[in-house]
Amino acid sequence: MSETSGTTDDQGTEPASSASDASAPAAGGQTRHMWRIVTIWLVLAIIADVLFYTLVGPHVPPGTMTSSASDNQFDFNILLMVALPVLVAVWVYLAYCIITWRASRAGVPEPVGGPAARTNLGVQVGWIVTTTVLVLGLFIFGTVRLITGAGSGGGEGPNPIWTPTSAHILPVQVIGQQWKFTYRYPTFGGFETSQLVLPVDTTIEFHVTSLDVIHSFWAYQLSVKADANPGQDNVAFTTTRQTGNFTVRCSELCGIWHGAMFNYGRVESKSSFEDWATSTQQLTAKNTALLPPYALTYTPDANNADGGYYPDNVDPYSNAEVYGATPGKPTPPA
Amino acid sequence: MSFGGRLTAVLGLLVVVIGFAVWGVISFLLPQPSTVVFTASSPGAPIDMTVQTVPAIGFGFQPVWVSYLVQNQQGQWIHSTVWQLPAHTRINVTLDQYDSGSPLRNQNWGRVQGTIGGHALYNGKPFSYYDSNTGNNGVGHTFTVPALNLSVPLIGVNGNATNTCGAAPCTTNFAHNTMKFSFVTPGAGSYNWQCFVPCGGGYLYGNGGPMSTLGYMGGFLDVVA
Repeated sequence: MSETSGTTDDQGTEPASSASDASAPAAGGQTRHMWRIVTIWLVLAIIADVLFYTLVGPHVPPGTMTSSASDNQFDFNILLMVALPVLVAVWVYLAYCIITWRASRAGVPEPVGGPAARTNLGVQVGWIVTTTVLVLGLFIFGTVRLITGAGSGGGEGPNPIWTPTSAHILPVQVIGQQWKFTYRYPTFGGFETSQLVLPVDTTIEFHVTSLDVIHSFWAYQLSVKADANPGQDNVAFTTTRQTGNFTVRCSELCGIWHGAMFNYGRVESKSSFEDWATSTQQLTAKNTALLPPYALTYTPDANNADGGYYPDNVDPYSNAEVYGATPGKPTPPA
Repeated sequence: MSFGGRLTAVLGLLVVVIGFAVWGVISFLLPQPSTVVFTASSPGAPIDMTVQTVPAIGFGFQPVWVSYLVQNQQGQWIHSTVWQLPAHTRINVTLDQYDSGSPLRNQNWGRVQGTIGGHALYNGKPFSYYDSNTGNNGVGHTFTVPALNLSVPLIGVNGNATNTCGAAPCTTNFAHNTMKFSFVTPGAGSYNWQCFVPCGGGYLYGNGGPMSTLGYMGGFLDVVA
């Protein structure tokens, strides 16, 4: 950091003068370089953050279709606004060094450390304090955002710690199966459909499960992501804020058609949703009567709707049954 | 032989062995069923397809696997599940189901979805859903195109039937059920389809083997403009 001290000669030996002798004339130059770098960094960092937040920020995925999407967009923006100054600092320091201490610049010693750098208390304390504040700040920020966002759109398991405050919540069960998601609406008689339709301005309580292998329900624009495990009820919350279409993908490699395991859902006005749900309930009523009673996990044993793969009604996931070890096809129930 | 010569011979042999191994892996992974092309007699005219499902294909590297077959427009049965269809065209499907059935793991697939009229014909009688838990038939397979929300349960032959077909292609002299339905192809694209009955007996959750091999219980509708 000094133009006049902390350097080595061509043989790599320490300079003839002692560190204490060198520090006195070095102080002015060192301070000058430091403040130059800090000033340049501060100006560029502010410009970068402001430009990012105003120009890029509103377009950062996953958008603002739901509360969790908005929250996550805000979180991503904050994280990037913290990261940008760090990036700018590295670039500014690098550029400053290249320009200031370039070899072609006559008479400028090489800044290769030495006692002045090793014992610079200000630099060391500043480095430790800055990185500690950054890491702890991000830890606290992330934790607080996870709590205030009712899980931030992530699966919280069967007993959510963070729940929304809304009094009106629409439960929707998501059933992963090789290789498609289907959805049940217990509020409307428990009908099951391949379409995911949601009302706007409504808090949704997803109950994500699977009836075979592990899948993962990822509604991208809703910013909801929850693993779908057989025999498990994984709950995730979000509140819809905008109408529109969204994409659902399985994000857990689940077999040959995993790549095709996606569908498109839509958020509609409450009246449109009500019309759709009511008509679908009526349309599927006879088939709904054949489904297992609505439960927080999809148990193929229930109501004999097991395809014959879980005949003992005790352990639907024993190896013998999972691997189809039942010889032939079982006799359908009378 | 000099050291250089021996080294060259060993390296040459190694290259040959690796080449064979790579060729074997690639030839195992790459083969796909041939594409069966369907064209309309005139632009916009409907296309009739005849398809069958069999309990055992009877030939090939897995002769006991269940499978689909399709009849090309020359009347030949082709063991392929990749079908090329024109876009925005009505497809009339006649599907002969020669396999037996069982109760569905998920009765949602007992519902007819996405067909013209919202129903299909089961041996000439219209139906919109099928209770797989009663009777001796159950559902053997489904023909489902997830991206089109199209799904038709294929009702199994009676479990007490004695004249079941043992190898493809099956003829209508054997016990079978005939399902008929129609749908309209979407815009150009490749749309996967599959059976949603876990019929790969002996494999994890019944979804391995023929359920996970192109050409048996899943394929593509290659829709072209």
